[in-house]
Amino acid sequence: MAEEPLVRWDWIGRNWPEILELVADNVVMALVPVVVGLLVALPLGLAGARWRWFYQPAVGVMNVVYSLPSLAVFIVLIPITGLATRTTVMVPLVFYAMAVLIPAVVDGLASVPDHVRQSAVAMGFTPLRRLLAVELPIAVPVVLAGLRVATVSSVSLVSVGALVGRGGLGYLFIDGWQRQFPTPIVVGIVLVVLLAGAADLLLVLAQRWLTPWASARTAARSGRRGAA
Amino acid sequence: MNWLIEFFGDPASWSGPDGIPVRFAEHLEFAGLSLLLAMLVAVPLGLWIGHTGRGALLVVLSANAARALPTLGLLVLIVLLMGVGTIAPVLIPLVALAVPPILVNTYEGVRGVDPDLRDAAYGMGLRGGQVLGRVLVPVALPLILLGLRTAAIQVVATATVAAYVGLGGLGRYIIDGLATQRYPLAVGGAVLVALLALTVQGLFGLLQRVLVSPGVSGRQKIR
Repeated sequence: MAEEPLVRWDWIGRNWPEILELVADNVVMALVPVVVGLLVALPLGLAGARWRWFYQPAVGVMNVVYSLPSLAVFIVLIPITGLATRTTVMVPLVFYAMAVLIPAVVDGLASVPDHVRQSAVAMGFTPLRRLLAVELPIAVPVVLAGLRVATVSSVSLVSVGALVGRGGLGYLFIDGWQRQFPTPIVVGIVLVVLLAGAADLLLVLAQRWLTPWASARTAARSGRRGAA
Repeated sequence: MNWLIEFFGDPASWSGPDGIPVRFAEHLEFAGLSLLLAMLVAVPLGLWIGHTGRGALLVVLSANAARALPTLGLLVLIVLLMGVGTIAPVLIPLVALAVPPILVNTYEGVRGVDPDLRDAAYGMGLRGGQVLGRVLVPVALPLILLGLRTAAIQVVATATVAAYVGLGGLGRYIIDGLATQRYPLAVGGAVLVALLALTVQGLFGLLQRVLVSPGVSGRQKIR
């Protein structure tokens, strides 16, 4: 073990096509559930914000789902969706994303100040236009904060799927462990973290682009503080 | 359902070194120790940065980065480098998993306390430490507990992977069941872990009711 270096760079050089394939697999299996989760969470979150009686039980169910261990769900899904398939790994990830995103959508809509909503009504906005043009844009920061958590954990959770035969970069952990060879494991960890970081960065940029008024406000505030 | 009866109905599942009580105790040992260690690190640190505002950006950024660390990868790497003599190799990745939610929620909880409340406490003559202990912590407690609950659930769920590197815990059934194609074993293990996670979730709900002051949780009406 003493002579074995932590990273053998030549192994990376020889195997990069396979590594890239695993990266692509990891990206697909992590992001599809988040997108699906968001598409489901938006209407459910809207319903939750409108009707409180719907929100409490929905959050209760989602909390229960969230606490189910991913490996346990993979196992139970195998007879239905098959061993080592993408579906087996992605189905639980959709539910984890929903568990984070539904409360985020509800909290985001709750963060719309009442006077803003009333102004929109007074200006003659129809409920639909008020939702699209006023409430959703104001909810963006809170929803995106949830989306960032969901995306980062999704990227990292995919690797557990390696234990049931399909885990994107997680394959490198299994491979390295079975051969008692650290290089693939290190490569896998670094790539998962980089991938999650890149996705997180993109979402931060998206937030800047979607909420231009937020950065203007921060600049104004820090300017005021500087003057004082 | 038949699988569950086959696993839970077999008396052999309940006794010996591979029996449910032993595996359950091992699982609780991994999860409990990691959570305790993570709490000892993350709660004081979170309170401190929330209270002083120092180093907040750095801590939040690194906590978010730590969220991305794949536990399985960390576990196999550490075991490969350190061996499996003790349970330390399992604890390191689990602590790394548990620290971010506790730290971020504690920090956010303390930082989110109404500044007027903080000022009022100072105005009443409390010193920094007293403000933290008597005002900030009780008000931030729901969020701190939420962080602990998230961490506890993740640790209980993830402690299953310890079995992959040859250690015990409830993950043993899942990994062995998969490896030897004994599906009832794997499903039985999965159900046990899920039940444990749900129990932890319920316990934290109770803890929240008991610990959080009625004035903070809004259960007491202010007239």
